[in-house]
Amino acid sequence: MTALLHVEGLGKRFGGFVALDGIELEVQGGERLGLIGPNGSGKSTLVNCICGTLQNETGSVRFADQALDGLSAHERTRRGLARSFQLPRPFASLSLAENLRIPILYAVNARGTGAIAGPAINARCRDLLGEVGLAEKADRLPRDLTQIEMRKLELARAMAAQPKLLIADEAMAGLLHAEVDEIIALLIRLNGQGVTVIMIEHIMRAVMEFSQRLAVLVAGKKIADGAPKDVVRDAEVVRAYLGE
Amino acid sequence: MRGTPFILILIAIAAVIFGLARWLDNSYAFFVGYVVVQYIVLGTAWNILGGYTGYVNFGITAFFAIGAYSSVVLHKLVPAMPLPAMIVVGGVMAGIVGIGTGYLTLRLRGVFFSIATLALAVVVQTLITNWDFVGGARGAYVLRPRVAPLIGGGYIDYLFLIMLGLCVAALATARAIERSALGFGFAAIRDDEAAAEASGVPTLRLKLIATGLSGGFMGMAGAPLPFYVTYLDPASGFSLNYAVNAIAMPLIGGTSSWLGPVVGAVLVGGLQEYLRVTISSAVNVLVAGVLMVVFVIIAPQGIVGLFKRKR
Repeated sequence: MTALLHVEGLGKRFGGFVALDGIELEVQGGERLGLIGPNGSGKSTLVNCICGTLQNETGSVRFADQALDGLSAHERTRRGLARSFQLPRPFASLSLAENLRIPILYAVNARGTGAIAGPAINARCRDLLGEVGLAEKADRLPRDLTQIEMRKLELARAMAAQPKLLIADEAMAGLLHAEVDEIIALLIRLNGQGVTVIMIEHIMRAVMEFSQRLAVLVAGKKIADGAPKDVVRDAEVVRAYLGE
Repeated sequence: MRGTPFILILIAIAAVIFGLARWLDNSYAFFVGYVVVQYIVLGTAWNILGGYTGYVNFGITAFFAIGAYSSVVLHKLVPAMPLPAMIVVGGVMAGIVGIGTGYLTLRLRGVFFSIATLALAVVVQTLITNWDFVGGARGAYVLRPRVAPLIGGGYIDYLFLIMLGLCVAALATARAIERSALGFGFAAIRDDEAAAEASGVPTLRLKLIATGLSGGFMGMAGAPLPFYVTYLDPASGFSLNYAVNAIAMPLIGGTSSWLGPVVGAVLVGGLQEYLRVTISSAVNVLVAGVLMVVFVIIAPQGIVGLFKRKR
């Protein structure tokens, strides 16, 4: 079986700064992958290159046996790649239910199969909000939400696109202990429904609890990839995080 | 209310207004009515890009004058051409220019986009001013028929009727957009373009649709202008008043709904015309400015926003 996501020799520069250098990454369908690395190591840049927000200069990204290179972000979302943003970016003038309506209208319904029409769209939005515990606020605006609710909305909107692969970019930064548990449970539940998940996170407890496999980025290079317990003991990883 | 009944009601309202004006049988009423309805069309056109999609266009006069001058050209080439056909041509021309400018400038965001559209207005005005065929800086005379075709009466009656028809078309389009997937896509772009892309919204294509529609309706609003003024020169065709009013009216009425530009145009346009005849013809520019400042402070959502239920 070929991998769901296949990143090969991916490179990205910002002027003279090499943000990503020859990244190789494979993610199997149904897997839960953790991606860690110190600040500035290129995690978000990698997400942006995979999702099409940025275009990589070298290498290629293959998803579900199709090359994604050159495709814009919305085309990649339509092919089943969804992401949440590190800082929540809700559609501020739309209600929560309407926020979820956008990916249903533009990602799900653009696929040709499984289109949702009419009142079913609203029902689907409310179901999704129910799944993340926001059903009662469906008609409120994002500005009425707390931080954790904002993260949940961000995840629900990514889920509304019915992705094969979800990339959660620091969905838990700044949350309380119990809130982190809630988000982990949510992501594991999604994974149980067959969605492959890549989690980018600084909170090691969350990463260790969630990930079946762990990849580490340092200064634009992948320095480790393997079982979480082995990776965190890897001498190079320890050096990158703690110094000599 | 679904689309068709809404359009029928709009047509009925337009018919009543036209009937009233006919009954008054006062050509001044037609002149004023034309101006106000023209601003409803211009404000609605601006709102499709500025209010729904969040791209503030300052180059209204470029599109408006493209419509007006395409009528001048057509009138010189084919004097017998009926006005509705000229409006279609003017709208298509301005729409194409809208899509073209959109393609070149929509990579710019916020104030940079606005400055680019302002530059477009200057470029188009310079081109027209130096184009001898349409009169250049001297301007062009367009002699309108004495009697209106089809309906009889003064030609201004006909112009007013045409503008009412355009207004119905513009409002029906705006309202249809609001309730469609297109409207949600526009709103997503307005709120957060990167998040819209990540949600599958083809932002570039939608922005081109918005600039095309917006520019097209501005061009259509401008196409009958040469027949209304009978003498068109660049200074009047590119008058800053059009740009200021087309922005001020939706802002005052409310940018979130099709009703906003209507409320704004009737209020501001009506007040301007009233002050023009009671105080002075120069004070009308002040009205839009002062009202815009007042509304930005006390009611940033516009008049329609004041009545919308708070969520």
